Amino acid sequence: MDNIVGKKSGLTWAVNITVLLLVILWLIPTVGLLVSSFRDRDQISESGWWRAPFPVELTARGRTSAEAAADGDVFVVTGNIYDDPEAQSFFPSGGGDVVAFGTRGVNPTEFEAGATADLGDGESLTVNGDGTYRWVTPEDPGDRGQRVYFAAESPPQFTTANYEQVLTADNMDRAFINTLTVSIPATVIPILIAAFAAYALAWMEFPGRGLLIAAVVGLLVVPLQIGLVPLLRLHQNIGIGQSFLGIWLAHTGYGLPLAVYLLRNYMVGLPKDIIESARVDGATDFQVFMRIILPLSFPALAAFAIFQFLWTWNDLLVAKVFLPSDDYSKVMTVKIADDLLGSRGGDWGILATAAFVSIAVPLVVFFAMQKYLVRGLLAGSVK
Amino acid sequence: MNPLLQGAATILIGVGLCIAYFYFSNLILDKVIFPARGKNPGRNINRANAVRPWLFMGPAIFALGLYLAYPVVGSFIRSLYNRSGDQFIGFGNYTNLFASQGFQTAFFNNVLWIIFVPAASTFIGLVAAQLTDRLRWGSVAKSLIFMPMAISFVGASLIWKFVYANDPDIGIINAVRDSFGLAPVDVLQIPFWNNFFLMVILVWIQTGFAMVILSAALRGIPEETIEAAIIDGAGPFQLFFRIMVPQIMGTIVVVWTTITVLVLKVFDIVYTMTGGNFGTDILPSYMMTFMFRDDGRATAVAFVIMVVVLPVMWWNIRQARKEMR
Repeated sequence: MDNIVGKKSGLTWAVNITVLLLVILWLIPTVGLLVSSFRDRDQISESGWWRAPFPVELTARGRTSAEAAADGDVFVVTGNIYDDPEAQSFFPSGGGDVVAFGTRGVNPTEFEAGATADLGDGESLTVNGDGTYRWVTPEDPGDRGQRVYFAAESPPQFTTANYEQVLTADNMDRAFINTLTVSIPATVIPILIAAFAAYALAWMEFPGRGLLIAAVVGLLVVPLQIGLVPLLRLHQNIGIGQSFLGIWLAHTGYGLPLAVYLLRNYMVGLPKDIIESARVDGATDFQVFMRIILPLSFPALAAFAIFQFLWTWNDLLVAKVFLPSDDYSKVMTVKIADDLLGSRGGDWGILATAAFVSIAVPLVVFFAMQKYLVRGLLAGSVK
Repeated sequence: MNPLLQGAATILIGVGLCIAYFYFSNLILDKVIFPARGKNPGRNINRANAVRPWLFMGPAIFALGLYLAYPVVGSFIRSLYNRSGDQFIGFGNYTNLFASQGFQTAFFNNVLWIIFVPAASTFIGLVAAQLTDRLRWGSVAKSLIFMPMAISFVGASLIWKFVYANDPDIGIINAVRDSFGLAPVDVLQIPFWNNFFLMVILVWIQTGFAMVILSAALRGIPEETIEAAIIDGAGPFQLFFRIMVPQIMGTIVVVWTTITVLVLKVFDIVYTMTGGNFGTDILPSYMMTFMFRDDGRATAVAFVIMVVVLPVMWWNIRQARKEMR
C-alpha cells in the first residue's frame, strides 16, 4: 500500500502527533492510578500524582531542646530541629531543606528560613535551611523547649505500604480469592455446553436449525437485568439461594448466547472435507466433535474463554444480586464499590491500590492473550 | 469448605458431568434405543441421527431457556404484581413509574447515553483505526487504546475519580483549572453536563473495541476502489469519508448496536461515581434502587429496558437470517 500515489502525504506528521495525543489521553487516567497506588499517603494529599517525581513541601512541627547555655544575661539554645523525634516522624526517609518556619500553628510559615524571628520580650529564634536553629531567650527555658513549626521539602517517596495494607488488613485478600472462585468455574462450565450446541448448529441437519440460530442471536442482546428478580427467586425456591453455586449457574446462563454464537460462527468455517471424510471412515458425531472439531476450534474457544473470564471477573451486578452480601463472600468489585468507596472515600492511596489489585489480573490476561481476543471479536462481528 | 476448593471441585464435577452426559446419552441412543441392528438398522440410524442434535443442544437449550427466555416472561408477570407479590395490579407499576420524577430523569439520561456513547465511541474508534493503520507503531498504539476493555467498570470509575476529583492535588481537571487561577469545581455535580462526564468513562472503555473491529473492516476494503479514487484526484479526507466509510457501513452499524446494547447493561459507572445522585440516574442504576426492596417496580424497570432493546434484537435477527441464506 505504501507506494500508492498520495498515500504518503504531508499528513504523516499530523497523523503521528494525533495518534500520540490520543494514546496519551487514553493512558493518563490509568497511569495516574498506578502512580498514586505507590505513593506515600501524606504526599498524595499534598501534590498531584503528576508531580510524584518531585519533592513535596510538607508542614511539620517539632520542639527545640531545652539545654540552654547562659550567655551573659540571656540563655541560648542551639541544635538541629531534625534531632527532635517529633519532627523526624514527619519525614520517615529524612527531611530536606527547611523553607520557612514559624512558632504559631495558625501561621507555620511566618518567617523565611535563615531569618531571625523576633518573639517579643527579647526572645528570638532563627531556623536555617539545614535545620539548625538558635533560640535566644531571657529566661531559663527549664525543661521545655520552644515549639517550632516549619515547612520542609520532602523527597519523593514511593512505597508498597498501600499494597500491604490492602492485601492484608482490608479483607481484600479474601475478596481476591472470591473473585477467582467466581470467575474460573463460570468460565469453564459454559464452554463445553456451548461447544456441543455450536457443533450441532453448525454441522448437523435438522428441522428448526435456522430458528434456533435466530433465537441465539436474539438472546445475545437480552439485558441481564430482566433475569435478576425471577432467577433469584428461582434459586431461593430450589434451595441454592445466594451462593457461589448460584452465581456460577447465572454466569453460565448469561454467557451461553455469546459462546454458542462465537463458536458456531467459527465451526461453520472449518473445512468440510475433514469432517466428511471422518464420517465416511465411520466416526460417530461424538468422535468427530471430540477428536476433530474441538482441537481445531481452539482459537474460538480461547477467545470466548477470555471474554467470559474478563466479564465474570469485572462483573458487579450479578455478584451483587446472586452472592450473599456478607463480608466473606464479597468479590473485589463489590468490595470496592460498596465498602471502600464508602468508608475510605477520602483515602486515595488505598482506593488506587485496591483498584489496581482488581484490574491487574485482567490486564495480564488481556496483554498475554490479546491476539485471541481480537480474533474472537472479529469472528463475532465482521463478515 | 474453602471456596477455592469448592470452585475446583465444581469445575471437575461440572466438566465430568458434561462429558459423561454427552458420551452416555450418545451411547444409549446408538446402542439401546435405536441400535443399528435387528429388523430395521437403516431406519434406526436415521432416527438416531434425527434425535442426536437435540442431545447435543439439550443442556444449552435448557440453560438458555431457564436463564434468558423464561425471565423475560417471569419478569413481565412479576411486574404486574405489587411490591410483596400477592396482589395483581395490572400496569400499576408502570403507571407509577412513568409518573415518577426519578424514572423520567433516568429515562431521559438513558436516551442521552444511548445517543452519545455509541456515537462517540464509534467515531473516535473509526478515526483511531484509520490513523493507526498508517503508522509503524500503530499496533502498539492500538493495544494501548484497546486496553481499557480489560478493566472493570468499577475499576474504570475509580481511575476516573482521579481525573474528576474536587481536590486540585488529586483531580487533573481541577489541577488544570487551578493553574489558570480558577476555583475547583466538582464536575459530577454540574447539572445535566455531569451525565456526559460519566459517559466519557464508557466511551474511554469502548473506543478500543470499536477501533479493533473497524480497523479490520478498513483493511478488508478492496484496494482497487481506493486506487481508483486516488487516480481520480480524491484527497485524504474525501477518500476516507466518501470511499472508505460507505464501504464499511455494515460493520459500523454492528459496532454501534453492540455498544448500544452494552450501554443498557451498565449500571456500575453511575453506581460507583454518583450513586445516581445529582440527576445522573439511568435505567439500570434506577432499577437497582428497587432491587431487594420492591420487586414489582424493579421488574417493571427491567422490562422497560427490554422494550428499549427490542428494535436492536429484531434488527440483529434479521441480519443473521440474511447471512444464513
